[in-house]
Order: sequence, then structure tokens, then C-alpha cells
Amino acid sequence: MRSVSVDLNHDASLLIDIPDALCERDKVKFTVHTKTTLSSFQKPDFSVPRQHEDFIWLHDTLVETEDYAGLIIPPVPPKPDFESPREKMHKLGEGEATMTKEEYTKMKQELEAEYLAVFKKTVQVHEVFLQRLSSHPILSKDRNFQIFLEYDQDLTVRRKNAKEMFGGFFKNMVKSADEVLISGIKEVDDFFEQEKTFLLDYYSKIKDSTAKAEKMTRSHKNIADDYIHISATLNTLSADDSTANKKHCGGYYMSSFVFLQKVEGRVASDQELKLTELLRYYMRDIQAAKDLLYRRARALVDYENSNKALDKARLKSRDIPQAEEHQKQCLQKFDKLSESGKKELTSFKGRRVVAFRKNLIEMAELEIKHAKLLRTWLAMV
Amino acid sequence: MDTTLPPASQPSDVLMEPPSDLMNDPLIEPFSSLTENKPTSKIVSEPSDDFVDLTNNLADSPEDAAESVLADVAIDTTEIPLDEPSDDFVDIFGGETEAPREEVVIANVTVKAAAAADKSEVTSDVTDPPGDLKTGSDFEQEANETATDSIIDLSDDLLSSNAQKPPLASDQFVDPLVDFLSDAPPAADAKIPSRATVDLFEDEGNDLFTEPRQTKSAKQQQKSLFGEADEDLFGEPLGATTKKPVIKEPKGKPVPTKAARDVSNMGGPLQDGYTAEPADIFSEEAVTTVPSIKKTSAVNSKTNGVHSEEDTDIFAEATVELSLDSPQEERKKGVPAVPSASAPSVSAATSLAKPQSASLEELDDDEEEEEEEEEEQEDKFDISISVKDPEKIGDGMNAYMAYKVTTQTPLPMFRNKTFTVRRRFSDFLGLYEKLSEKHGPNGFIVPPPPEKSILGMTKVKVGKEDSSSADFVERRRAALERYLQRIVHHPSLLQDPDVREFLEREELPRAVGTQALSGAGFLKMINKATDAVSKMTIKMNESDVWFEEKLQEVESADQQFRKLHVLVESLVVHRKELSLNTASFAKSTAMLGSAEDNTALSRALSQLAEVEDKMEQLHQDQATNDTFNFAELIADYIRLLGSVRGSFDHRMKAWQRWQDAQAALQKKRETEAKLLWANKPDKLQLVKEEIAEWEVKVTQYERDFDRVTATVRKEVVRFDKEKARNFKREIINYLECLLQSQQQLIKYWEAFLPEAKAIA
Repeated sequence: MRSVSVDLNHDASLLIDIPDALCERDKVKFTVHTKTTLSSFQKPDFSVPRQHEDFIWLHDTLVETEDYAGLIIPPVPPKPDFESPREKMHKLGEGEATMTKEEYTKMKQELEAEYLAVFKKTVQVHEVFLQRLSSHPILSKDRNFQIFLEYDQDLTVRRKNAKEMFGGFFKNMVKSADEVLISGIKEVDDFFEQEKTFLLDYYSKIKDSTAKAEKMTRSHKNIADDYIHISATLNTLSADDSTANKKHCGGYYMSSFVFLQKVEGRVASDQELKLTELLRYYMRDIQAAKDLLYRRARALVDYENSNKALDKARLKSRDIPQAEEHQKQCLQKFDKLSESGKKELTSFKGRRVVAFRKNLIEMAELEIKHAKLLRTWLAMV
Repeated sequence: MDTTLPPASQPSDVLMEPPSDLMNDPLIEPFSSLTENKPTSKIVSEPSDDFVDLTNNLADSPEDAAESVLADVAIDTTEIPLDEPSDDFVDIFGGETEAPREEVVIANVTVKAAAAADKSEVTSDVTDPPGDLKTGSDFEQEANETATDSIIDLSDDLLSSNAQKPPLASDQFVDPLVDFLSDAPPAADAKIPSRATVDLFEDEGNDLFTEPRQTKSAKQQQKSLFGEADEDLFGEPLGATTKKPVIKEPKGKPVPTKAARDVSNMGGPLQDGYTAEPADIFSEEAVTTVPSIKKTSAVNSKTNGVHSEEDTDIFAEATVELSLDSPQEERKKGVPAVPSASAPSVSAATSLAKPQSASLEELDDDEEEEEEEEEEQEDKFDISISVKDPEKIGDGMNAYMAYKVTTQTPLPMFRNKTFTVRRRFSDFLGLYEKLSEKHGPNGFIVPPPPEKSILGMTKVKVGKEDSSSADFVERRRAALERYLQRIVHHPSLLQDPDVREFLEREELPRAVGTQALSGAGFLKMINKATDAVSKMTIKMNESDVWFEEKLQEVESADQQFRKLHVLVESLVVHRKELSLNTASFAKSTAMLGSAEDNTALSRALSQLAEVEDKMEQLHQDQATNDTFNFAELIADYIRLLGSVRGSFDHRMKAWQRWQDAQAALQKKRETEAKLLWANKPDKLQLVKEEIAEWEVKVTQYERDFDRVTATVRKEVVRFDKEKARNFKREIINYLECLLQSQQQLIKYWEAFLPEAKAIA
């Protein structure tokens, strides 16, 4: 279950995990546990309680830090979403009358398992987020990150108020408008040009794949659920029947359907875990990479603007040193961004390939395993 | 009683079956099993050298039940050196199939007479039920020629205990029986492994039977790896093997137990027979000797079901003699006769085997195989029908689908071995109309054809060549095939001239009035029948617990089947969804692969897309499998259950008629009394005539009702049996399809795995 979507080479100097989480109504409290040899921390081993909002805060501060503009900031974990299992649970409660007791119990178990899986997944993505930060050479040194890990009181992160929410929304709008503008700018560097087209293309594709994979997994789950009902009905049917022979048959086949259901359900959850999660994660990661490109492009525009300003200043012979200074700064910033961006994107590529490889292999193996299990079972029937 | 072992054990072997007869229907059974007497007794007197051929011949003959009995005998007689040619056998059989049934009865009577002449002590009363038992034992004597006296002794004993002091008899034997019952389970356990595998694999072919036992038990062990599986796997064998301990029993404590079994079985009926209904006997019996009786009944009922057609006729004749008695008395006679009558058939078999090899172990095996074979033989009926090549004839709204109906059979009642006719859908419906008109009122369960589907057919008519209409035609074709197969596998329906005509005749007169059966109309009809049944049940004071329970069972089964059908349909829908989603995912993955800049990963992704593409096909096939092997089967049974209810309905109707006639008779009698009192002799004469007329009617209706009751009972038992077998077969089929698709799936993913590993 550990770090499914990213393969992180752990630095033993800073190890982070979330061993425990507590779900209270809508809030999920994660216990973030850190083990470290770094001297910047007061203790080598400590745990703090954190909420989802704290993670968002950490992410946002990182994104806003100018120095990290050239880095791919790990995507923020999605908000814990227990809506769908909850809703299903509700539906199940309503439909209780139409089902046999056994059927109901089984459905409930199934839902509980699903709920648990969602919960685990949530914990996992949060953990992965922290682990990616900790394994990053620059980000792991971040002050805010260390505070996040160490400060043993409630962070009391200011929750975003309505104005800020709107501000964030507005910022996003500006950003997307900017993106459109910037996308028209001629790229000076071939690498980034390529990277840009690739990422844009890839993003749309992976988004599509993710949606499709989600649908596919859902269908699998539906089938597994159908098997539950069928096996339960078969069971009642054979229980009703007085013929001894039939009783045996019914029970016999019912058990095969139970088995079918289990396998089908497992196929569904494994696909979900190995494939859909992978795609989903990289969808977000690519978004982060795109953000990096955006920031770089922004810097490029700034640089070009400063160039123009310098030209103007020279023309007017006024404020030349200031303009020069500004132009130099912009260039520096842009160069730095480009350099670190290049590095980041290359490492991102490698990371992506490794993660895909790992997950695809695992998925293929699991599929084979399930199919073989089912085959053995069927062959015996 | 304990004079000699062999004779004593013979009846006991035989008498395991009687309880089931009781359950089926005491009234008819005696006569049906009497018909069995004839063939068996013949076998006894004229065995054959090459019995293997014989069995084959027999297997081809239409009389399945008798045949299975014969086959059993044949197996048992393997080692007996015999002189007479086997041809006689076939002749007997051929003769019997074609010959009128009266002949059988006559034969029976003569046998009885012969028996009477042979043993004067025994023939004290031939007409009495126990007398039948003696005739049975007489056959044994003829076969054995050794232990004659002891058998007579035994039968004498039985006779006396049955006729004179039933309570005593049962008292005496209750204890051993209990012992036996408590002993039985371990014995059964010991046998389980081999039996279980046999059962599991019986559908896959015979070769498994011939394989050494070791392989089977090995497989068994493998199976037990699955925790869940065990229970279920063992569930049946236990039931199945319980029969064996009974047979085995002779070894352990030979005489008393066996005899006890006989007598307690007989004693029970005798005791109760006077006071209670046969159904009660059944329930009582069931409580005390559940496992063994259940199984035997299952086996036996099969035989009965097959025989049913003959039985009814014989019965009709036979009841004429008895009809003057009250139903109670009739039953009394019927019940005790049951065990004795069915006894000879199997006991003859056992007695033949005995002289050669007293080894009961072998007998066990034989018996076991017999059971299997019986089942097998029923599986491959001698007639196979296929419905193929649906073809659209005509255009527009007048268009219709015609199907090729091909029959393959060695049965002499058909002119050719293979023949093909073209039939349109309404012909199938017409056949059903005719059959249900003819046989429905007699309590037969006539298999219903698929409903007319206006929507589906319109699509076909409009000529859209899309997948849904092809799907529809294929579904209907398969349903029609199953419908015809059900008809020809029904022993009495097969004999119907209309069926023969349908299968054989080039041109059929156009079926008219099938519109009534179309779609909603058909459903309405079923519903009407259901309503009628429920209404009548309220009115009818159901005297038969069996029917009451069965009706409830049918009702709830119907409900469950409907639910199941909805579920399976939704499974199909979901599976199709999955297929679609997989397809779109495959496409999307292919796109992603093309966008990927890492060559290896790109290749892996496009490989994944291909795998998913294939998966889509698999899911689609699986959806078809869901539909054809599962949903259709269930739909069939929903229809069939409607027919079952229809037969219940007919029974009610017969009862109603009888009651009405009785009421009318009562009225006439009252009038008679009035007239007598008023002293009007002229009118009195008229009324007396009317009374006589009504009396005849009442007896006739009552007989009708009894006959319908018996038929329905037999039919329902047969139906249950068929249902169980059908389901087993179809579900195994279904699981096999699933297995294949899993195998494909494994192949695909295994091919993909190296690609994924190759990503650098």
C-alpha cells in the first residue's frame, strides 16, 4: 500500500509517514510522524496532528515562494471525499427492505470495505505529498515544511475566508488568461518548447484516460455487486426448494458466485489502485509541471518586458542603470528558472516512467493472479 | 425371519425404494411398478451373453425407466454364463413400445396367475396387496431356484405381520432401524470422496468414471483446499451416498436390520394408511429416515416420471375394479402394495448377482454406477432436436421467421432417422396450443414456448440488420430449441401425434389463433391462471399437504426467479457497460501512448491499449454468455413455472367438477327423499335414474381428479428433477465459458507483462 504512485528514493535523514488518521465527520485528522537525523529538528522522532487544510496551506506557501518558482511543487492531495460511499450506504439503508438479510449484510460489508479503501487512499496521498517534499533536495529544507512537521500545537492555519477564496478564484482566472497569452509567446529554448507541447498534449490525454479508467473500474464494481445479489437470490431459491438435490446445487453454485464476486471485486479495487490512482496522480503532477512552465514563461515575459524597458530607457537616456539592473535580474531569474526547470522536468520524466513501469507490472501481475485463481476455482467446479 | 441371509437381504435392497413410491403417489405406483415386473421377470428367465450390446440396445429404446432397470440387471448379470440370445430382449422392448398398454397389464395378470398357481400357500389372496409381494418373490425364486423356501417364509412373515399385526411389526423393527440410522453416517463419510468427484464430473464425460479411484480422491483433496467449497461439495455426496450404507448393511447386521427396514417402511404405511392420508405417511417417513429416503426417492422418481404415461393408462383401467371402493380404501390397498410391487424389479437384479459373487462390495459399486448410468441415460435421450438457420421470409409486416427443425432419432416411431422441416414461429405456438389443450387438463406440465415479442419482431421485420435484432433472433432460436427439446424429452408428449406431425410432416396447416398467445396476451393468460389458482385454493379445502407445500414452493420460486432474472439482466447491462468503458479506455490509452515521449513506455501503453481492446471483446462475449446461459435459462423457468401453476390449476378444476357433481348428486338424493315421502312413484323413477347417472359421474370425476392429482404430482417431481439437472448443466456450462474467458485473460496479461517490464 506504500507510495503506489511515486517511487521515492528515501533519504534516511528525513523519514515521514502517516501511521494513523481519524475521521471526524467531514474532517480527517492525520497523525504525521517524522523520524530524522537532521540537526534542524529539535527531536529525532516526533508526531503532530494535521488536517487536510494544513496540507493545503503548506502547498500554497510553497507555490507562493519565489525561490521555488523553478521547481515542480508536488501536487496538493485531493480533499478527502467520503461522499460516494456514504451516499451508497444511505441508499443501501433505504433499500434494506427489498433485500434478504444476508444480501444486506454482504452489501454492507462491501461498502465498508470500499469506505476503508477510500480512507486508506486518502491517507496515502497525503503521505505521498509529504514524502515527495522530504525527498526533494531543496523543498525538504523549507522552513514552513519543517514547521508543519514539527510544531506540536494545532497549526491554526487561517482558513481561507470568502474574500480570499474569491481572490484565489480570481487568481486562477488571471492565470488561465495569462496562460493563453503566454502560449502565444515564441519559445527561445527548444527543450521547453517541446516540453510545453508534450505536457499540454499529455495532460489532455491523461485526463481522458483517468476518466475512462474510473468508469471502467466502476463497471467492474457494479458487476461485483450484481454477483452479490445473484448469489443471495440463488441462495434463497435453493433454500426454498425442498428437493435435496437442488439444495446442494443451489448452495454449490451460490458459492461460486460468491467467489466470482470476490474476484471481480478485487480486480476492480486493484485496477482502481494500480491504474486509476496512477493516472490520477500523474494528472495532477503534470498540472504541477505545467505550472512550472507557466512560471517560467511568466519570467520570460518579464525578461522581455525588462529588455524593452531597457531599450526605452536607453532611448530616453534615463534610468538606464535601474533598467539594466532590472533586466539583469529578470534574465538571472529566467535563467535560473530555466535551469532548475530543465532539471525538474527531466527528473519528472524519469520518475513518471519508473512509476508507470512499476504500476503496470503490478497490475498485470495482479490481473494474472486473479484470473488464475478464478481459473483454478472454475476448473475444479 | 432370520433363516437365510440372501433372501432376506434381497427384499431389503428393494425395499429401500418403496418409501419414495409412497411419496410419489401410492395410488398409481403399484400399477406402474407392476409393469416393471414384466421386463424384469423376463430378464430373470432369459439372460444374455453379450449384455454390453444389450445395454446399448436398451439405451436406444424409448422406455427409459424400464431400461435403466434392465441396464442395472444387465450389469449385475455380467458374470453369469447365459445361453439365450439377447435378441429376445430387444424384441420384448420393441413390442412393448408399440404394443398397446393393455398387453402389459395382461402380462401382469398372467404372471400373477402363474404365481398363484405355483405357490398355493402364498396365493391365499392374490388380489390383496401382500399377494403382490409374493409374486415378486416368486420371480426371485425363478431366478434363484435355490432359496425358494426361505423367501416364501419371509414373505409369509411379512404378509402376516403386515396384514394382521402391523403395530407389532413396527414395534419390533423400530429399534434396529434407529441403530441403522445412527450407524449410517460414518459409512457414508467413508464413501464420500470418490462419490463426490464422480458427481462433480459426471457432466464432463464418462471417462472419469473409468479412471481409477485414486485420481478422484486426489482431485477431491485439491478441492478441499477451498474452505468454502468443502461444505457444498460434500453436501450432495452425503445425500447421495446415504443410499449406500443401506445396501452395505447386509454385511454388518444382515437380517434383522434389513427386514426392519422393509417392515418399518411397510408397517408405517399400513399403520397410518388406515387413518391418515398418504401425504402424512410421507411426512412421517421423512422425519425418521430422511437421508436415505430422500435420495432413493430422487432416483426412483425419475423412473416413475418416465413411466408415467403408461402408468396413467394402466391406472385408468385398474381403477375400474377399485372404483367402487371409497378413496380411503383404495388408498389402503394402494399403499401396502407399493413396496411389494416395486420390489421384484430390483430384487431380481440383486438376486442374479448374488449367486455369482456374494461380494456386496461389488454390488455397491454396481449400484452406484447404475445410479450414474441412470442419470446419464436420461441425459442423452434418444432424440435430439436442433433448431437452426433462422431465415426471414417475405417483406414488410408480413414477413416472418422460419426455422429449420432437424430431428435425429433412432426411435422406430419415426419414419426416418434424420429429418428436417421448416417451421415458422407461429407453428411452434400452435403446437403448444394443441398440446396444452390436450394434456393440460390431465395435469401434464406442457413446456411453454417463448412469448411473442412484437417489438423484437417488428425490428426484424423492418429489416434492420443491427446487432439487437440479430441478438433477438438468436435468443429466440435458442429458446425454441430448448422448448422442443423439453417436449420430446417428455415421455408422454413425445408420443403425441401432433408432436410427431410437427417434427415430421413437410407442410403443416397454418396455425391459427396464436395471436392470443402474443406478448401481453400470454402473460395475461398466466396471470389469469395464477389468480384462478389462488382463488380456488381459498375455496378448495386442500386435503393434500404435499400440494399445499408445493404450491407455495412454486410461488416463491417464481418470485425468486423473477428477481434473479432482473438481476442477471442488470448484470448483462453492467457487463456491456464495462465492455464499452473498456473500449473507450483502450482508445484513450492508445492516445496516451502516442503522446508519451518515452519510447518504451509509449510501447507499453499501446500494448496496454491492445490488451484492453481484447478485454473488451472478452467482456462482450461474457455478456453474451450471461445472456444465453443464464438469463435465458431463468426466463425459461419463469415460463415453466407458469405451466406448473397451470397444472395445479387444472387439478383444482378437476376437484371443482367433482365437488359440483357431488353437490348435484346430493340435491337429487334430497329430491328423491322428498318424492318418496310425497309418494310420487312416477317421478321417483326418473329421479332414481338421474341419481344413478350422477353417481356414475361423481365416481368418474373423482377418478379424474385422482388421476390428475397423481399426474400433477408425478409431473412436478419430474419437473423438479429436470430443473435441478438443467440448472446444474447450464451453470456448469456458464462457468466453463467463464473459465475460458479467464484463460484468455491470463494469456493477454501474460503477454503484456514483459512489455511492462521492458520499460526502462
